Amino acid sequence: MSRSEILLRGREITHRWGGLVAVDRVSLELERGSVHAVIGTNGAGKSTLINILSGEIASAGGRVELLGQDVTGWSQPRRASAGLGRSYQRNTIYPSFTVFENCRLAAQSRTQKPWAWWRDAQRCEASVQAARKAASRAGLDELLDRCAGLLSHGQKRQLEVAMCLATEPQVLLLDEPLAGMGAEETEHMLELLGELKADHATLLVEHDMDAVFRIANRITVMVDGAVIASDTPEAVRANPEVQSAYLG
Amino acid sequence: MDRSGAILVALAFVALALVPTVAGPFGIDLLTKIMIYAILALSLELLVGSTGLVCFGQAAFFGIGAYAAVLLAPQQGSASLLWMLPASVLCAAGYALVVGALSLRTKGAYFIMVTLAFAQMAYYVVHDTPLGGGTDGIYLSARPVLGSWLDLGRPLTLLGFTLACQVAVFVFLALLLRSRFGRALAGIRVNEQRMRATGFSTYPYKLAAFVVSGAIAGLAGFLFAVKDGFVTPELLSWHLSAGVLVMVILGGLGRLSGALIGAFAFALLQQLFQSEAIFGAFARHWHLGLGLAIIASVALLPHGLVGVPGQLRERLLGRARRNATDMLDEPL
Repeated sequence: MSRSEILLRGREITHRWGGLVAVDRVSLELERGSVHAVIGTNGAGKSTLINILSGEIASAGGRVELLGQDVTGWSQPRRASAGLGRSYQRNTIYPSFTVFENCRLAAQSRTQKPWAWWRDAQRCEASVQAARKAASRAGLDELLDRCAGLLSHGQKRQLEVAMCLATEPQVLLLDEPLAGMGAEETEHMLELLGELKADHATLLVEHDMDAVFRIANRITVMVDGAVIASDTPEAVRANPEVQSAYLG
Repeated sequence: MDRSGAILVALAFVALALVPTVAGPFGIDLLTKIMIYAILALSLELLVGSTGLVCFGQAAFFGIGAYAAVLLAPQQGSASLLWMLPASVLCAAGYALVVGALSLRTKGAYFIMVTLAFAQMAYYVVHDTPLGGGTDGIYLSARPVLGSWLDLGRPLTLLGFTLACQVAVFVFLALLLRSRFGRALAGIRVNEQRMRATGFSTYPYKLAAFVVSGAIAGLAGFLFAVKDGFVTPELLSWHLSAGVLVMVILGGLGRLSGALIGAFAFALLQQLFQSEAIFGAFARHWHLGLGLAIIASVALLPHGLVGVPGQLRERLLGRARRNATDMLDEPL
């Protein structure tokens, strides 16, 4: 596996909310085997950037390339099917379904076959196995039959990542996976992210600076929609502009 | 559905099949009518309860199925069920395809209004043009038959046929909802955004559900035209669309059996409040009684009539569990 395999590339991505420039000509690359963290204050445009990369909202300018293809005009479901997985900052699970069914339904997106109306979805081996595997990786083995709405906050964050993994993506866009987690849960999640790093290209938006500097191979710092630095963690930590704008 | 639920539903169907042995012509006609409404309610349950699409124009598909039967039938004699039934269903499904393709681009309250608007358009087409015979409606001039052994012109035969259709629709939808297609619809109901993010193009799924629902409503309309022997624009009126919505909500959203129970409860409540033997002169104001009964049941039974056993169990087991289930309540 080559170390410089770029799976997702954003070029000059721009987005405006009315007159406000939320994302200002941001370019970044995600490589397989590395975690690219994006940090910045609230309102710096990090979530908007993820929404544009995943196709949830259309950008005002710029290009998105996924696995070497120009996907700028692709819908979100099409990008997802091509190997782009994302998690959300706020939990967007299916609260009335079991943990297992949350994962299974996500995995079903790989084998949709909607015309097989007589066949029980629970007998769809491919999605059942992918769901078990994803839940197990995220540490939810014991909770498969639990109703997702009754999970603790940290467990919901794990489920959020498990659902993302169940679609077997190559690129992970993770929006604050550690938000609101306790110390122990954070440790588990970082362990998981470390394991996933090897065979995925990961974009991590996160506020927990200790975690970011521990796990990221590259850090991009955004202020008011624009990138003020993009470098290795050591270089970013030493960057005076970053220190005055953000790290304090 | 679990085993005991399936057995209960099967027993209910058997009981329905036995009713004609004790009922007179009025009872047979009433039962046939209620079962047709139950099929219509099942079609709407697929949209409202299973997919989360509140369609306020279901009567249009029902009416188009009915009008198609009348307009396509020959002027006299008999016509084969083999082409009349599919033709009616296809007309309704075709209209649902057009309405769905356009209205599914909107969401929430707009979706409700757009489906209502399309239904009203269809209503005025049959109401105001020579095609639909105007307010008086048109008579069905041919009896649908299948060979020499099945004549839907005979009330008992029609009753049996309607029951068979109701069972078939129920079983079909039960299978559909547990299939991958049905699970995807459930996902769309709970969180469409997440479905898109995981790689489901939700629009074709919703459109397919809309067309299937329209086709089933068309089947109900066909049966209704055969039962009455004539059609009027009232079959497409928004009153009927609203009535079916009430049936589905009264019975309990999210369960197929809820649609069946709701259709029967609605019709029987109507019979009750229309009965002069019980209410005397007040029976003329039956709308008032029916309305109050519906308001009371919606206020007291948040999960509909199918939710009553569960509600009783909670009452007995205390409130701890109820708090847990309240958290899971989904908005419509």
